[in-house]
Amino acid sequence: MNHHTFRLTLPILFGYLPLGMAFGVLFATQLDYAWWVAPLMGLVIYAGSGQILAVSLLAANAGLVEVAVAMFVLNARHLFYGLSLLGQFRGAGWRKGYLIFGLTDETYSLLTSRPRSTDRQHEQELDFRITAFNQLYWIIGCAAGGLLGEMVAFNSTGIEFALVALFIVLTIEQVKTLGDNFPLWAGAFSAGIAMLLVPATHQLIAAITIVTAVLLVHYRRLRLVKGEPNHG
Amino acid sequence: MDEQYYLAAFIAVSALATFATRVVPFLFFERHTEHPLVQHIGRYLPAAVMALLAIIFLQRSANWQSGFLGLDALIPGLLVVIVHLWRRNALLSIALGTAAYMIIQQTGWLL
Repeated sequence: MNHHTFRLTLPILFGYLPLGMAFGVLFATQLDYAWWVAPLMGLVIYAGSGQILAVSLLAANAGLVEVAVAMFVLNARHLFYGLSLLGQFRGAGWRKGYLIFGLTDETYSLLTSRPRSTDRQHEQELDFRITAFNQLYWIIGCAAGGLLGEMVAFNSTGIEFALVALFIVLTIEQVKTLGDNFPLWAGAFSAGIAMLLVPATHQLIAAITIVTAVLLVHYRRLRLVKGEPNHG
Repeated sequence: MDEQYYLAAFIAVSALATFATRVVPFLFFERHTEHPLVQHIGRYLPAAVMALLAIIFLQRSANWQSGFLGLDALIPGLLVVIVHLWRRNALLSIALGTAAYMIIQQTGWLL
């Protein structure tokens, strides 16, 4: 079964090792903490873009409330992964907690796209192994990157741009999947307002609040347009 | 706050906030998955949040005081967009954009 799991998760291995290493190098070169804190974060937080954002929050000595809000909102897409797995994880017993903890983008895409038999318990056991293998790759990547960043001396000025590049790539991917540019303009508008009116320390929370309000207004307008034929 | 305590609290808060995004549907949403507002937010929020993060952090990595008005970050940012639209390879786009930014910062071009 482990051999089968390994084959299934091989694409994730090729994604997680380099990305985990990028996080580890960033962590070790930007911050003064011990290298093993990088794999520790991979063990207890386990979120790619979340951990990379964490490096810049740590470097800025961000307040814990801002950290909580920023991490929650950055990972808010996970809220909607769970919605589609409610049925699949039902009755998984003690494994369920870890299956939910390990629900990253990549694990989600693997768990929802792989073929499944009718043997529910066997499939949940395999889901559990897939999740554990993926996290193991991630932790190994974080550790390797942390060690590399600490041992190899090189001029790392500017390496923090990896975070910006990651956000740009994720934006393009999300907009392409959605096939709709509206969230791009909503996000740009909210960021613009926040950057103009709010000091840097509160810009993130302000922009997130504005974008949520924009989406609520957008929702009401869509409902009004759609609702008219029925009610009027 | 002591450095070690701050780090421990930071990691605990980050872990809890991340876990919360994954566990909330299983705790509360089981009965509300069909609600159109939940579906609307689920459809648009992730992309909108990514876009605002990209823009805020792009603005912060640029030097707006120089005569080049932020080009030191805007050019690598544009490179990421072009390379990603061209090849759709996340690691390649991130590596090239970061390398371009590092070269610009370390050589002092556009600063």
